[in-house]
Amino acid sequence: MMDRVLIARVSMLAGKIMLESGAETYRVEDTMNRIASAFGLENVQSYATPTGIHFSVDFAEVTNFIRIQNRATDLHKIAEVNSISRDITSAKISINEALVKLNDVDRARLAFPFWMQIIAAALASGSFAIMFGGDWPDLFPATIAGGVGYAAMLGAAALVEVSFVAHFAASFILGILAVLFISNGFGANVDKVIIGAVMPLVPGLHITNAVRDLMAGHLVAGVSKGVESVLTAFAIGAGVAVVFAF
Amino acid sequence: MLFTQMVTSFIAAAGFGVIFNAPRRVIIQCGAVGMAGWILYYLLSDGGMDVVPATLFGAMLAGILSQICAKLFKVPVITISVSGIIPLVPGGASYDAMRHFVENDYHMAVQLSAKVMLLAGAIGMGLMFSEVANQTIKKIHAARSRST
Repeated sequence: MMDRVLIARVSMLAGKIMLESGAETYRVEDTMNRIASAFGLENVQSYATPTGIHFSVDFAEVTNFIRIQNRATDLHKIAEVNSISRDITSAKISINEALVKLNDVDRARLAFPFWMQIIAAALASGSFAIMFGGDWPDLFPATIAGGVGYAAMLGAAALVEVSFVAHFAASFILGILAVLFISNGFGANVDKVIIGAVMPLVPGLHITNAVRDLMAGHLVAGVSKGVESVLTAFAIGAGVAVVFAF
Repeated sequence: MLFTQMVTSFIAAAGFGVIFNAPRRVIIQCGAVGMAGWILYYLLSDGGMDVVPATLFGAMLAGILSQICAKLFKVPVITISVSGIIPLVPGGASYDAMRHFVENDYHMAVQLSAKVMLLAGAIGMGLMFSEVANQTIKKIHAARSRST
């Protein structure tokens, strides 16, 4: 019988990385249960919410708990943890190797460099302006406003911990840019430019994930994600509306 | 016009693959899945279908293609489906709804919010249908290989 505390540590670390990277809660619970039963634990119970994980094994044992502080979307880390958990369930790696590997993934910075993310956001903004029915003159204003807005979001997020403030500031800046562009004859429809430019910021993904969690029966996770995304959408709407108020 | 939509939706979905830090080897697949879902939605809604069922079918196609890509390239489904459904996600509408709330135009804001909820529900259902289809196929395969 392996050390129960060590097994709990491995599966909770895997769950923590996945939740911090934006995986759905049912997938997190499933992965934790698979890892724990691969190491021979029985009657595993795990409960994941966007802000914390509970993990218990038996009635006589203690229950462990981890709090999740920061959440972002990092699909690469989810893929890495997934492949480690596959190696564990097919008994390719030992528990100590798994712990070392998971610690590496936890510390690693796998994200694309910031300039690349900003360029991607800018290109996506321009594309969205066209997709949502904008005219060709709207392409470049939306591209520039989207890139600057996303860069402002990254910069503000590094300065202040509260994501509400970061989203508010970013959408305020891109709103000003869009209005300036249009009033100087650069671009045709201010609405299409702004909608394209805010797309990299809006929590569309979180809204969809929230509905999926609700449909899967994870009511606590679904409601809390839904509230988070409504709050973010409110910050963005308010940021742009302040520009129009002048 | 259709070609423009194809190119822009590909760039948008692949761009979101970069923003969400999808593994580098599936960025192109993210773009292709996003393009397929959006084009189906675009054709259906252009042909007179209501946007909610059109979104449902678009999300279903994106979900099925994500399942196939995930199996082919050995990555979790979420790494592809997340960027693949991005063109369908009601981000613009949710921003629009919130803007009307902030501008005291509650009449329009509530209408738009209801639309956002319906669209998000349609995407969730589309993805769930494709997942259920995948599991059903798996179970049928397992049952067949057991019986033979």
